[in-house]
Amino acid sequence: MIHPARVFREVIKHLFRKPATCAYPFEKAKIMPDFRGRIDFDSSKCIGCQMCVRACPSKAIEIPLSKVQPPAPAQIEGQPPVPAKKKFDCIMKLDHCVYCAQCVEVCPKKALIMTQDFELAHVDRKELRRHYT
Amino acid sequence: MSKITIPLGPQHPALKEPENFMLVLEGEQITGATVNLGYNHRGMEKAAEERTYMQDLYLIERVCGICSHSHTTCYITNVEELAKAETPKRALAIRTLFGELERVHSHLLWLGVAGYEMGFETLFMYTWRDREQVLDCLEMLSGNRVHYSINTLGGVRRDITAEQKAGVLKRIKYLEERTKYYISLATEETTLLARTQNVGKLPYDVAIERGAVGPTARASGIARDVRKDDPYLIYGELDFKLITHNTCDVFGRLVVRALELMESYKMIEQILNNLPEGPIAVKVPWRIPAGEAVNHYEAPRGEDIHYLKANNTDKPERLKVRAPTLANLQSVAYMMEGGWLADVPLVIAAIDPCMSCTDRAVVWNPKKGKKEIYGWEELRKMGIEHYKRRGVDFTKL
Repeated sequence: MIHPARVFREVIKHLFRKPATCAYPFEKAKIMPDFRGRIDFDSSKCIGCQMCVRACPSKAIEIPLSKVQPPAPAQIEGQPPVPAKKKFDCIMKLDHCVYCAQCVEVCPKKALIMTQDFELAHVDRKELRRHYT
Repeated sequence: MSKITIPLGPQHPALKEPENFMLVLEGEQITGATVNLGYNHRGMEKAAEERTYMQDLYLIERVCGICSHSHTTCYITNVEELAKAETPKRALAIRTLFGELERVHSHLLWLGVAGYEMGFETLFMYTWRDREQVLDCLEMLSGNRVHYSINTLGGVRRDITAEQKAGVLKRIKYLEERTKYYISLATEETTLLARTQNVGKLPYDVAIERGAVGPTARASGIARDVRKDDPYLIYGELDFKLITHNTCDVFGRLVVRALELMESYKMIEQILNNLPEGPIAVKVPWRIPAGEAVNHYEAPRGEDIHYLKANNTDKPERLKVRAPTLANLQSVAYMMEGGWLADVPLVIAAIDPCMSCTDRAVVWNPKKGKKEIYGWEELRKMGIEHYKRRGVDFTKL
């Protein structure tokens, strides 16, 4: 059966409905709780195993040694000296990252954390190279 | 009337991705058409050889933005077959669920694009608004709207909770109602019928001859669907119909896709209500034993084929992707012939083309009539010569 202009009823109904879009920059966009956003780094947990660097499909992570290293703990008498715990930084290239969160999965110490941060666009390219200490 | 040849593309407002169609016109009517590929070659197969199997997973996902899950699932089935890993049943069910959700979002996208191409933008706006519902489902389950990254070697990365299941079922119910409305719209609205009926004809025997796949073939009456012919994942246990239509035109393709949507909703409900218990992944070694594997998968656009050759290292030796659009492009040339120039965008859109997925390096020398394979050195030499002719010298690089 053919109904010409069948869509009109639906169109008129939609005149009285709320818009389906949201006024994004003025209104916060809703994202789902487990959204894969920017990867954060916790330096105190990192052991520098470089597992994330090897797993990353887009070569977006570097784990260099920190410039300022924490001092070695004071030696207790009668015991061999304890070497200082090495501290690592993380350089995350946000323009390379594909946000797959594979690094978060392979990290044995949970030093990399997935956040729900998605507003990462920048005018300055240097801002995309995040240096976490 | 004199004949004139006009190029459609590589850059053309009707094409979403660069591809060239040379159309021979007699007035407004097309008497011949050739398809020229190769504007989108991204070298992904070569790039896959330089990455580990795990990294390839995220690369292969990016072969296509719409059927990202199809490509990874096809690839991962090959890897698991070579590694002889036994993927848990629950992981297979979740993969099937994603495959169907992806089909829903791809078909809704196509419905919108088709509406847009035939000048029915109301349909485009409505379907794309409703498509947000299924994208929300995917984002909720996997963490991203388009590149779900749900597959991992030996299983899936995320489990489905009861809360998520309820959320998906709620949205699917809404979509089911909307799709019923679109089906009635597609079969009753005069503007839509006038624009799609008897446009882009592809008869049954031509479709077989030209190797059409997916909804394009099914709209020509060919009952061909990998999900039925060679059930993979858990499709063998699901109850669904194979949709075919015999009008052999754009209208048929529209009906096939709309009815397939209903089948997909049915399957999603079946999977979610009978989700098997158990682990979601098994461990797969990083090194994959030497061997070769070929697998096919029914992507939303048709049959997707992956070939994988492993050589006992953590990187594949060769990966070959045959995207469904490549199989359907042959039919496009036929469909355009005899039609009107104004219908060309719709006819091209009717196969749901995905040009970027399709482009691969194939060298065919018509003078010698044989296939040639160029090595790295030869390609480099050719590139340098090509630029030398244009006045740029790259010899020192």
